[in-house]
Amino acid sequence: MKFSLSWLRDHLETAAPLARLTATLSAIGLEVEGVADPGAALAPFRIAQVIAAEPHPDADRLRACRVDAGAGVVSVVCGAPNARAGMKAVFAPPGSVIPATGMVLKTGKIRGVESAGMLLSAREMGLGEDHSGIVELPESAPVGESYARWAGLDDPVIEIAVTPNRGDALAVRGIARDLAAAGLGTLKPFTPAPVPAAFASPRHWRIAWPEACPYVLGRSFRGLCNRPSPDWLARRLRAIGLRPINALVDITNFFTFDLGRPLHVFDANKLTGASLVLRRGAGERLSALNGREYVLGPEDCVIADDRAALSLAGIMGGAETGCDAATTEVFLECAIFDPVRIAQTGRRLQIHSDARARFERGVDPALLPEAIAAASRMVLELCGGEASEVVAAGAEPAWRRSASLRFSRLEQLGGLALPPDEAVARLTRLGFALEARDLDAARFAVPSWRNDIAAGQKLDLAPGMEAARARAVAEGAARIEPEVELIEEVLRLGGLDAIPAVSLPNAPPVPAPSFSPAATRAARAARALAARGLLECVSFSFLAHEQAGFFGPIPESLRLQNPIAADLDQLRPTPLAALVQAAARAEARGLLERGFFEIGPGFTAAGERPIAAALRAGASPRHWAEPARAWDAFDAKADALALLAALGIAPESLTVTAEAPGHYHPGRSGALRQGPKTVLATFGELHPRLCAAFELSPPVAACEVFLDAIPEPRRRRRAAPDLPALQPLRRDFAFLLDAEIPAEAVLRAARGAERALIAGVTLFDLYGGEKLPPGKKSLAIEVTLQPRAQALTDAEIEAVSARVIAAVVQATGANLR
Amino acid sequence: MTDDLATLAAATARELAEARDLRTLEEVRVAVLGKSGRLTALLKALGGLPPEARRARGAAVNALKEQLTAAIEARRAALEEAALAARLGAERVDVTLPARPSALGLIHPISRTIEEIAAIFGAMGFALAEGPDIESDWHNFGALNIPAHHPARADHDTFYLPASAPGQPPRVLRTHTSPVQVRTMLAAPPPIRVIAMGRTYRADHDATHSPMFHQCEGLALDRALTLGHLKGCLIDFLRAYFALPTLPVRFRASYFPFTEPSMEVDIGWDRRSGEIGQGGDWLEILGSGMVHPKVLANAGIDPREWQGFAFGMGIERITMLKHGINDLRPFFESDPRWLRHYGFSPLAPALLHERV
Repeated sequence: MKFSLSWLRDHLETAAPLARLTATLSAIGLEVEGVADPGAALAPFRIAQVIAAEPHPDADRLRACRVDAGAGVVSVVCGAPNARAGMKAVFAPPGSVIPATGMVLKTGKIRGVESAGMLLSAREMGLGEDHSGIVELPESAPVGESYARWAGLDDPVIEIAVTPNRGDALAVRGIARDLAAAGLGTLKPFTPAPVPAAFASPRHWRIAWPEACPYVLGRSFRGLCNRPSPDWLARRLRAIGLRPINALVDITNFFTFDLGRPLHVFDANKLTGASLVLRRGAGERLSALNGREYVLGPEDCVIADDRAALSLAGIMGGAETGCDAATTEVFLECAIFDPVRIAQTGRRLQIHSDARARFERGVDPALLPEAIAAASRMVLELCGGEASEVVAAGAEPAWRRSASLRFSRLEQLGGLALPPDEAVARLTRLGFALEARDLDAARFAVPSWRNDIAAGQKLDLAPGMEAARARAVAEGAARIEPEVELIEEVLRLGGLDAIPAVSLPNAPPVPAPSFSPAATRAARAARALAARGLLECVSFSFLAHEQAGFFGPIPESLRLQNPIAADLDQLRPTPLAALVQAAARAEARGLLERGFFEIGPGFTAAGERPIAAALRAGASPRHWAEPARAWDAFDAKADALALLAALGIAPESLTVTAEAPGHYHPGRSGALRQGPKTVLATFGELHPRLCAAFELSPPVAACEVFLDAIPEPRRRRRAAPDLPALQPLRRDFAFLLDAEIPAEAVLRAARGAERALIAGVTLFDLYGGEKLPPGKKSLAIEVTLQPRAQALTDAEIEAVSARVIAAVVQATGANLR
Repeated sequence: MTDDLATLAAATARELAEARDLRTLEEVRVAVLGKSGRLTALLKALGGLPPEARRARGAAVNALKEQLTAAIEARRAALEEAALAARLGAERVDVTLPARPSALGLIHPISRTIEEIAAIFGAMGFALAEGPDIESDWHNFGALNIPAHHPARADHDTFYLPASAPGQPPRVLRTHTSPVQVRTMLAAPPPIRVIAMGRTYRADHDATHSPMFHQCEGLALDRALTLGHLKGCLIDFLRAYFALPTLPVRFRASYFPFTEPSMEVDIGWDRRSGEIGQGGDWLEILGSGMVHPKVLANAGIDPREWQGFAFGMGIERITMLKHGINDLRPFFESDPRWLRHYGFSPLAPALLHERV
């Protein structure tokens, strides 16, 4: 909502400077978005008279002028063809900045003649495109006076953001009322005298859809002359970004902003029949004033004559019945429309008009007669002619409501101890009429323009709420809501900065943990992966439908109905998808660091689950002491295990199976399981086909850890540590076995061979070269023996070794090498 | 000392001086003090002397033995020292060679801010609450006093998903974290102090809007919480988060469908330099208010018994302000160079006792 300072002063008697007005507007909830002062750039320019204009001795097209700008006569060289002695013009003194060019004027000589200033064209002042000559002012313009002030250009334009609840603030008068209530002046009275009827209206209203339009007034005018608007009106509209069209149209626009009261004028000579009807659309087409064509449906309220639909009621008029220079008779419309239907039609047809913005917030239902009076007066003033009686249909809707305030609640809810008298005074200044008052409370009549207060809109209770509770909370809301609304009004007018800030009470001095177990898991997982060198990413939850399909099922139920872009339409099955895209982008940029992780949701038909995904593309860094190495499935496995270890999952509790989803390399991937059913993680190299589709060079190692599958660590007291006094011994064994047999089988067999003595088994060599028989591999393990009561004898060591060999041979069919 | 002893001493001293390594030194020692050594021979010869001569001669030979033993050990120590020095010299490496690689990864700035928010509000007794990204229309709008026709809905640019069943309203990607308020109120009776943080979605994409972003939502319900507590809570948070104990904070009346009274909160900053805390300009940073009686009622809480406040802020926004990040888009682009530049060490999580 834009308005100029002079327009505001039409309604507000105030001595407050602009800065105080804007600060107050922001403080009371009418947030100032900008203040434009077109006069600021013109401030140095004065009205001047050209005393003499002689041809320049050395230049045909220039004139040497002598100019009086009120501070002595100076010499100015001017190139304008219209510069002549006696004319009044706009003078820019040396030191001033030319708005159009940003140039700073200096006194100088132009071809030998001194020039101490400049006479300006409209374009040079940024006031239009006219550069055919310098601006010519009327003879009456006073020499020496500020041009901006004289021309009325020193009128700052303020733009405020109006919140959806404040339809009344989409009017200059409403803004003035708020400012007056906040103590910044006095609201001027608004009592337009009715315009007497000169004839009987040949047209009348009929309401066929009272739910959409409960009340409408109209008035006929004849004998009009629809000239361009006078300067003051054209300037006002231009200042707030509206294009003046003709007096009749400009008058309706003026009242839209002045009173927040949209009006419409039909050219009566373009109407058919005597009645205008408010009805549902019937599928007809309408060419609207914005140049577009709309199909009017049964949910759209239209105004129609005997022949056709003429306008989208409350949103936009039609082009066919609009007023132009030839208009001499009009029918003026002043109506109330149902805000919800206006909003729905406006949204469906994507029309953002000033009328819609006001009707969907709700206009003052009691203002119609006065608005008709004020508009009629202006029509007659600007266009001449005469007005008919006022015709009406429907009735003013019931709007009178009361709201009560218990004074103690100002402090109990608002946190501000305010004297009751002050609270009552503030509400009264806003137009709330005191109906009753005692020591503790007061009841007010809500003014007609505040449809946001005590409106009694419906609740939207949680499904399945039991009836007794539903009744209780509905009573509570009905009791509390109007009071809270009054408290809000009282508090905002004094500025919320007046409320003392109080730190929260009753927090225990040592607070409980704020993170939920799930959040703790996610934070620890992030630290574990970052500690392994990976960079954390946060990526969009959606990607292209087809690309998402590489990572799992992509049901239509997880496809956005209105994606912002075609490649952001499917909720991702796993955050790994985003990491693949990130790695591909990094590769395309020639970056070597391509290790990422993300902890975020993966979406499946069954729901959302938190997944920690990690990805390593490329190779370890090249280094003089350690050769670079392409990342492989075991790096991914290590990432998964490190993350699980950080979350309290011991590797011994896991089993590894060679099963992973289809986005992994089928021969180089696996799952980490706990028990037969729970998959905690999958890992491996990504499928080469996926890599090709994303333009990513294989191999790429990745893992996904399903954070919701990880059991909550139990709080258990730790057992006493096992710290044997005797030295452990280590023995190595090498086995030759079939290449298909998993290493895990060998390790498990060796570990189980003599549980009391064997403290650990590690695999330290894997060989599968030409020296072995085909289809065979060699595994070498180190077994750690931990004696406890006494040192082991050679015979005991031999016996354990024999059991290890026997166990491995039995479990895997291996031979000791 | 007799001549033969003096000769032996002199010869041994000469041989020791000439010994250049430990092996030669050992040869010298054996030749003097070994079983067949020259001094050993002299000791053996003592037995053939008359007793009176033997005493004087014995004392002299023994004194020489100690002298030579000490000389040999001294020479050994010197040679060992030299040998060690030579070895160490040979083992010299170029210490300017790069160390073995062990890069530390980094935590994303959004995660960092989430940890900081949780730490600060945690100290004020708030616990984290969670909710799904895919919400019902009722949780995201209806329960929060945003009916279908409400103009505020138009501001939200909602992403829609197909309805879960025919005839049901479409599901939405939550446009704010406020539905978590509703879930919290339905889950357990007041008093409540929760914060909810997470992904939110709006169909808007330009330099300052991202179709996905993060919000932090707070809800405090009790019997006597006032707007003053809301102000105190937010001032306490903002000053701790920005680590500026005197950060100017301003409150402006505003409107949100789910709070009443509503207010927007500004902090002081310098528009030109972007510096927080000084400069005389104001920057809008979050929205807040007393929970609307209808929102309480919709969630089954009687507004005559319980009241409190709620607030919401953009996590990216306060992250950008705190760390001087100018552009929103790179947050979600996973450029490793940007992540390296703005990321945080996993070894320094947000801990109040270490300063957030």
